[in-house]
Amino acid sequence: MTLPPPGRSLDKEELRRHRRRARRQFLTDSLILWRRNPLMIIGSLIILGLVLVAVLAPFLATHDPFDQILADRLLPPTAGRWFGTDSLGRDIYSRVIYGARVTLAIAFLVAAISTPLGLIIGVVSGYIGGALDELLMRCSDIFLAFPKLILAIAFAAALGPGVENAIVAIAVANWPSYARLARAETLSVKNNDYIRVMRVLGAGRLRIMVGHVTPMCLSSIIVRMSLDMGTIILTAAGLGFLGLGAQPPTPEWGLMVSDGRDFLVDQWWVSTLPGFAILVVVMGFNLLGDGIRDILDPHQRQGR
Amino acid sequence: MNGPGRARGSGRTLLEVGRLQVHFPLREGLFRGRRSVVKAVNGVNLDLARGEILGLVGESGCGKTSLGLAVVGLAPVTSGRIEFKGRSLVGLSGRQALERSRSIQLIFQDPYSSLHPRKTVCQLVGAGLRIHGLAQGPRVDALVLEMLERVGFSLEHLYRYAHEFSGGQRQRIALARALVLKPELLILDEPTSALDVSVQAQILNLLKELQAEFNLTYIFISHDLGVVHYVSHRIGVMYLGHIVELGTTAEIFLRPRHPYTRILLSSLPSLDPDNPPQRQVLEGDPPTPINPPPGCPFAPRCPEVREICAKEKPELIHRAGPDGHLTACHLSSA
Amino acid sequence: MRDPSRPASDLLLQVEDLKVRFHTLRGVVHALEGVTFHLRRQETLGLAGETGCGKSVTARSILRLIEPPGYISQGRIAFEGRDILKLSQAEVRALRGSQISMIMQEPKMALNPVIRVGRQVAETLLIHQPGLGRRAARAQAVEMLAQLGIASPGRMARRYPHELSGGMAQRVMIAMMLVTRPKLLIADEPTSALDVTIQAQIMELMKDLIREIRTSVLMITHDLGIMAESCDRVAVMYAGSVVEEGPVRAVLKNPRHPYTRGLLKTVPDNANPDQPLFSIKGNVPSLLRPQTHCRFAPRCEEAFDRCREEVPPMYSLGGEHQAACFLHHRAAPARPAGGVGAAEAG
Repeated sequence: MTLPPPGRSLDKEELRRHRRRARRQFLTDSLILWRRNPLMIIGSLIILGLVLVAVLAPFLATHDPFDQILADRLLPPTAGRWFGTDSLGRDIYSRVIYGARVTLAIAFLVAAISTPLGLIIGVVSGYIGGALDELLMRCSDIFLAFPKLILAIAFAAALGPGVENAIVAIAVANWPSYARLARAETLSVKNNDYIRVMRVLGAGRLRIMVGHVTPMCLSSIIVRMSLDMGTIILTAAGLGFLGLGAQPPTPEWGLMVSDGRDFLVDQWWVSTLPGFAILVVVMGFNLLGDGIRDILDPHQRQGR
Repeated sequence: MNGPGRARGSGRTLLEVGRLQVHFPLREGLFRGRRSVVKAVNGVNLDLARGEILGLVGESGCGKTSLGLAVVGLAPVTSGRIEFKGRSLVGLSGRQALERSRSIQLIFQDPYSSLHPRKTVCQLVGAGLRIHGLAQGPRVDALVLEMLERVGFSLEHLYRYAHEFSGGQRQRIALARALVLKPELLILDEPTSALDVSVQAQILNLLKELQAEFNLTYIFISHDLGVVHYVSHRIGVMYLGHIVELGTTAEIFLRPRHPYTRILLSSLPSLDPDNPPQRQVLEGDPPTPINPPPGCPFAPRCPEVREICAKEKPELIHRAGPDGHLTACHLSSA
Repeated sequence: MRDPSRPASDLLLQVEDLKVRFHTLRGVVHALEGVTFHLRRQETLGLAGETGCGKSVTARSILRLIEPPGYISQGRIAFEGRDILKLSQAEVRALRGSQISMIMQEPKMALNPVIRVGRQVAETLLIHQPGLGRRAARAQAVEMLAQLGIASPGRMARRYPHELSGGMAQRVMIAMMLVTRPKLLIADEPTSALDVTIQAQIMELMKDLIREIRTSVLMITHDLGIMAESCDRVAVMYAGSVVEEGPVRAVLKNPRHPYTRGLLKTVPDNANPDQPLFSIKGNVPSLLRPQTHCRFAPRCEEAFDRCREEVPPMYSLGGEHQAACFLHHRAAPARPAGGVGAAEAG
């Protein structure tokens, strides 16, 4: 079986032009759908705001978040101290601003660890099946048997306090749901003709899993990930509240809510304002996740 | 006793199928009590010569699709042999399976599910080239474009996605994908059943041109007798996992010898309102291939059934008519 | 099929200048551009055409089943004289299932998987004749199943849809749709999903039952053979409008529209294997723009300038045979031209 003779040389510029045109169409369609969904616009703006606040923290904060001025303990929100001060005299507004960095770091690092891990395990388990599938799914069952927060607490307690350990603990509690999701998608897709045809073309299992099955799982995984962000942040906040996550003096929102526990009635701002930040960000991720799901839903995209 | 039908000299025999059985086990409920077996292909003998177009017709459950899948390795061979150019296709290792995919390809029936929704046409058609290391990078694009032009596309289609194309166009993309490897045998599983009749004509013409140009051999699976008549050199009629009649297209249509073939031919709707066909309506429901009874598979519904039919399964041998016309029926005598 | 010796009776259904649009990401799809046809009592009209021609949309419009992003922008659908498009929701619901029924292509998808089939057939009766009573409705349902050639109809009635084969499920669906003895039955590709021998069975049964119940049928299909055998008249659709209409014999033996001619030539059944199959060049046009000229012109071997500039009206060719093609511009128009691109007579 000899190779066909070299065909006419293609104009590379032409090829690139066509490729770009196709990609542009995809983006335009996505933009149209994005614009149509007001809730998603709100969600995107909130998250964008979060990222900007985290990046521009030094410019947005009014005070040093670690600076304790005991004479200014528990001041209510005023002109100089927009969110008031906590029990150690630290400016709550500035701590909330810098806390955005911690929040963002936790959310994305947990996602970066647990999502690919779950995806790989799920796809491999679903596609190869048999004993491997049984083994991996029983493992994930063990994890799934516990509520995520309890599991995260257990792991955090075992690993010791600190933000890094909190991240690992939450990631470990999180991966099984992605594995289950990826496995379900894999099972539904692996007997479709467009996968079977790859076997007929001679593709090996690895190529099929990586190049053909995984792309079909991505939509649900991405949607789940966006919707999960809120839960991750709440879990981190919970761990912080219990003293298992971020440690003082780190300005982590959950820890800040915990600090204000004793002052809830009279100095409500110490707990409430960081809590409000958590609320806004979690809601932002939820709205964004819903919107992404709508956009990625193939039925919405059909031009016919 | 005559052996399986040999087509035009065994020197040019490309594919040989002998006593092929393709069974799928069914799990009955939670408790593995009585296990049922779907006998999709239940003893098929077949020879295929190079350059030939063999049409396989039959209704749902007859096993024609499973037969095609078994040849490309997508369905398990329970017993029997399949030989391509003398080498067995049963139980191939990874490397041997890779070699098979250079020579034998398959076109699926549903054009809406045989193209990956997230891949561009270039990626789809070029997949085979990359898998077999025949080309890399922009060279792949060039070869892909050549094949696409052959089936009626141009540069502007190269980076589009499958959902932008109609059914007929998708089947052409699937054809380009299969042919870019320059296979020798192409199995087409109902390639035009999901298409409009005017699009079907385009595809059928294209298939005939490609066959002549690349010296291909086809197994053309279809339930549409009109299409099979137009396309095939020889036709095999299948029923419940067996080939019940095998012969040239002309013989099958003009002098069908098996009762099922006759009924099938008479069921075709006619385009002439003045000449309604003399229809033999087949009573009852088609049987399922699960645990089929002994004897002739068509016996339960055959209008000409005799006592022997339910007891002894008739072999597919030459009984009447020219050499090469095989019938599996006790009543068709030599 | 209608007995030709009976005098032509009343008009049962009159569809006039029906226009349907769909909003999509890429723009507005003009799915139907002025569809006009009629159906008499006890007559079977075939609506023929390929994918995308609008026949299913037409069927759904008759039952007012077009949902957003689709909408009916214009037209009149007169059923026994009343315009369906002007009825209230309640009135339309009263029509559906009792006066106008519809059989669809995939019977198993149309049947509720968790309800036994006998009950589903009986339920249709009870919706429209609540006073009938469960027992009587069940009895009629079983009777209808028997008429559809089902042996042991009582036992069949107790089965669930997934236990049935495709042919059986289709019979159940037909039973469900005919048990109320509707005046109009819309059959949307009723046998496309079935094997050819089962198809033959079902078509025979339907013919008998339709004759007995004296219902009119709108038979939607892409299969010209089914059309030839079961219809009295045929309307051929292309890209959203009717291009040819007439008695089935006239249209199939003497097609007067280039599309119909082309379509009949592409069928491989009687083709010469040594010649390439005739195929209509080009592709179905995009429906994103409203119709300004003959939509078949780009693919038509006989097109000339006027075809690309105006919308051809329906020309009457004698004996109820009509075609929308400027080749017949000397014939009288079948109805006064209206809507887009009006053309004068002669």
